[in-house]
Amino acid sequence: MENKLIPLNCLPIGKKARVKELKSDGPIRRRMLDLGLITDTVIEALQRSPSGEPVAYAIRGAVIALRSEESSKILVEAL
Amino acid sequence: MGLTSQSTGASVLTNDLVIEHSSDEKIIALAGNPNVGKSTVFNALTGLNQHTGNWPGKTVASAQGKYRHKDRSFILVDIPGTYSLMANSVEEEIARDFICFGEADACVVVADATCLERNLNLVLQTLEISPNVVVCVNLMDEARRKKISIDLEGLSRELGVPVIGTSARSGKGLDNLMDAVYELAFRNASSLQESAAACLQINYGEAVEEAIAVLEPAVKKILAGRLNSRWLALRLIEGDISLLESMRKYLNLDLLNDDNIRDNLAKARQILDETGIETNSLRDMIVSCIIKKAEEISKKTIFYLNQHYNSTDRKIDKILTSRIFGIPIMIALLGLIFWITITGANYPSSLLANLLFSLEEKLTLLFTWAGAPDWLHGLLVLGCYRTLAWVVSVMLPPMAIFFPLFTLLEDLGYLPRVAFNLDNYFKKACAHGKQSLTMCMGFGCNAAGIIGCRIIDSPRERLIAILTNNFVPCNGRFPTLIAIISMFFVGMAAGPMQSVLSTIILTGVIVLGVIMTLLTSRFLSKTILKGLPSSFTLELPPYRRPQIGKIIVRSIFDRTLFVLGRAVMVAAPAGIIIWIMANINIAGSSLLSHCAGFLDPFARLIGLDGYILMAFILGFPANEIVVPIIIMSYMATGSLLELDSLSQLKELLLDNGWSWLTAICMMLFCLMHWPCSTSCLTIKKESGSWKWTGLAFIIPTLAGIVICFLVASFARMLD
Ligand SMILES: Nc1nc2c(ncn2[C@@H]2O[C@H](COP(=O)(O)OP(=O)(O)O)[C@@H](O)[C@H]2O)c(=O)[nH]1
Ligand SMILES: [Mg+2]
Repeated sequence: MENKLIPLNCLPIGKKARVKELKSDGPIRRRMLDLGLITDTVIEALQRSPSGEPVAYAIRGAVIALRSEESSKILVEAL
Repeated sequence: MGLTSQSTGASVLTNDLVIEHSSDEKIIALAGNPNVGKSTVFNALTGLNQHTGNWPGKTVASAQGKYRHKDRSFILVDIPGTYSLMANSVEEEIARDFICFGEADACVVVADATCLERNLNLVLQTLEISPNVVVCVNLMDEARRKKISIDLEGLSRELGVPVIGTSARSGKGLDNLMDAVYELAFRNASSLQESAAACLQINYGEAVEEAIAVLEPAVKKILAGRLNSRWLALRLIEGDISLLESMRKYLNLDLLNDDNIRDNLAKARQILDETGIETNSLRDMIVSCIIKKAEEISKKTIFYLNQHYNSTDRKIDKILTSRIFGIPIMIALLGLIFWITITGANYPSSLLANLLFSLEEKLTLLFTWAGAPDWLHGLLVLGCYRTLAWVVSVMLPPMAIFFPLFTLLEDLGYLPRVAFNLDNYFKKACAHGKQSLTMCMGFGCNAAGIIGCRIIDSPRERLIAILTNNFVPCNGRFPTLIAIISMFFVGMAAGPMQSVLSTIILTGVIVLGVIMTLLTSRFLSKTILKGLPSSFTLELPPYRRPQIGKIIVRSIFDRTLFVLGRAVMVAAPAGIIIWIMANINIAGSSLLSHCAGFLDPFARLIGLDGYILMAFILGFPANEIVVPIIIMSYMATGSLLELDSLSQLKELLLDNGWSWLTAICMMLFCLMHWPCSTSCLTIKKESGSWKWTGLAFIIPTLAGIVICFLVASFARMLD
């Protein structure tokens, strides 16, 4: 059963998801990869900043904040 | 946060990789992710004082230091932290170049035990370049606290290199680390080969491996053992241009000029083409293989005895960055620090003043007894000593309290949360979210804040951060603000209310500085530094327990005393100059009043007077001496000779025509005027041009003049 892919910035806080596709390219793509965001990585939306953005995510044991510019280009499958 | 002789001194190397050493000294590189304790390891081994702090990006320039172990000398090089060696940013390039071309005899990769899987990514990448690696799994104490158990021996077997567990802050495990480094650096050729064979190699899948095999022999031939040929072959196939440039720079080798390499590279690429792997997906494949390997290794060697080991951190984050309370808590924390500083500085300040001024009387007696001429007494005691006394008694207590408190927040890990809270505002100003971190450093010293701007990758956003850093009042300006607030605005309230009121006003001034920063950043983004915000990722490190005793000692010794020393060095000659100016008479009045008179009409326009403006100008070498100069000037022209408390000081100021408007304009101008000379030189160095330095000078000055003018005109209209 295949779940629908959503951009990461649409993932509700407290929910986990599996990374399926990176749509960014160039240095941003490489930075995301370096953070460990490869296919099938599980990621959790932890916390929104007071003004709604950026959002902190748990990625491979680290907490990383991403702006929606970056997170909207990461397609995930909600778990 | 502050600047010390070490962070500005000659020991910092930036792009130059050559490290001077004698033949029996071994060079050891210290690599690792940001914020894993590299600088702490560095300090523990070398006895130096690189700044440490719980946020990524604290160390932005490499530093080196020596240590001895078993009668041998080692040179340790602390390189900036990176997540990867793929050269996506300047720091990564520096780190990679140092590991590749720095001729290090061994490389210690420091890793965070509480986030080991992510850290292994860098370990694996380093192993590909060189087998001379010791992995230092640091923060073992934090891991234990979080019930994370790590099989160090197993990890060592998997990686094929020594793995040492340490808790660098308390010094645990460092002896083992030095032993391992020693063995690595002094082993013979045969065991070198052995270990190279034992060292883990990542398999990139059939097609890529085939491509590497085609190219590697040609690369090996031309390298003659200087670098790992397999690694380099893969970089060539991948098309890593920055590496080719570095090879040209450091090895004087142009690989693509070699026919053999060019031919084989084409063949290798063709193999990949045939299997449908293009350059972009190749990069993904390489990174994925490394990350999967890291994942595989960590599954075998890391055990989480408590699955919710991070839940406390998450709970704290939920409060400190919550929608409703996040920003109020931030301002309240800042206010709390100010309140403690103001309240705490009050008593020691007057104590110091009493002490130093009673000493002045003794000095005067001494001069009279020795029969010294009047001018000598004037020059040394009334000029030099008195200015010094003011600097020490007004500046020292607030600094000695503010520095440790701020360091405490820094070590806890609060600063990245500030950046997290404020990022959206900076984004709207088309600036970088990490600019708030550089502003935090500016609180200590603007020059340090400006150097700290290196954590911002995009040159446009870095320049914005550099040009606006001066809107954060540094430690040299705080006490001025505090003194004026306590004299002019809280006189009517008594007791504890007084310091609360002072705190609120001071916090307001700081918030104004932040608003000015945001407005100016936005203005710059829309005019001369046009552009969109660049990509941004911010790591929120785990909260860590700070070592309070160490913080106090460290911030007093390497920060407060350093800043104070600088102020004193400037204050003494400035005091002499003021005294001379006040005592040389031309056409009936002193040189001092001539100068002040010249500045006066303009100064009045912006709510100040000639003496104040001149004090700001003479304070160019260090903001700390502005208030002492004002005092000296008024005293030199007036009749008052005894002055040893804040209330007397207020009287002096009132006698010289100060009103609450003067005080407000003085505070505004203190917040917004040209950067001090050290900051200017730093801006020149960091931006590489006098043009930007000039702009950094003009922007806050203009802002200050315009705002003071508006405030003064408005107030006069009301009168
Ligand atoms: N609890 C604990 N904290 C540590 C240890 N080593 C470093 N730290 C803290 O971790 C933070 C980051 O250290 P730093 O040396 O600046 O890291 P760097 O960015 O890798 O140079 C600082 O606040 C240190 O005090 C350790 O072994 N145990
Ligand atoms: Mg460091």
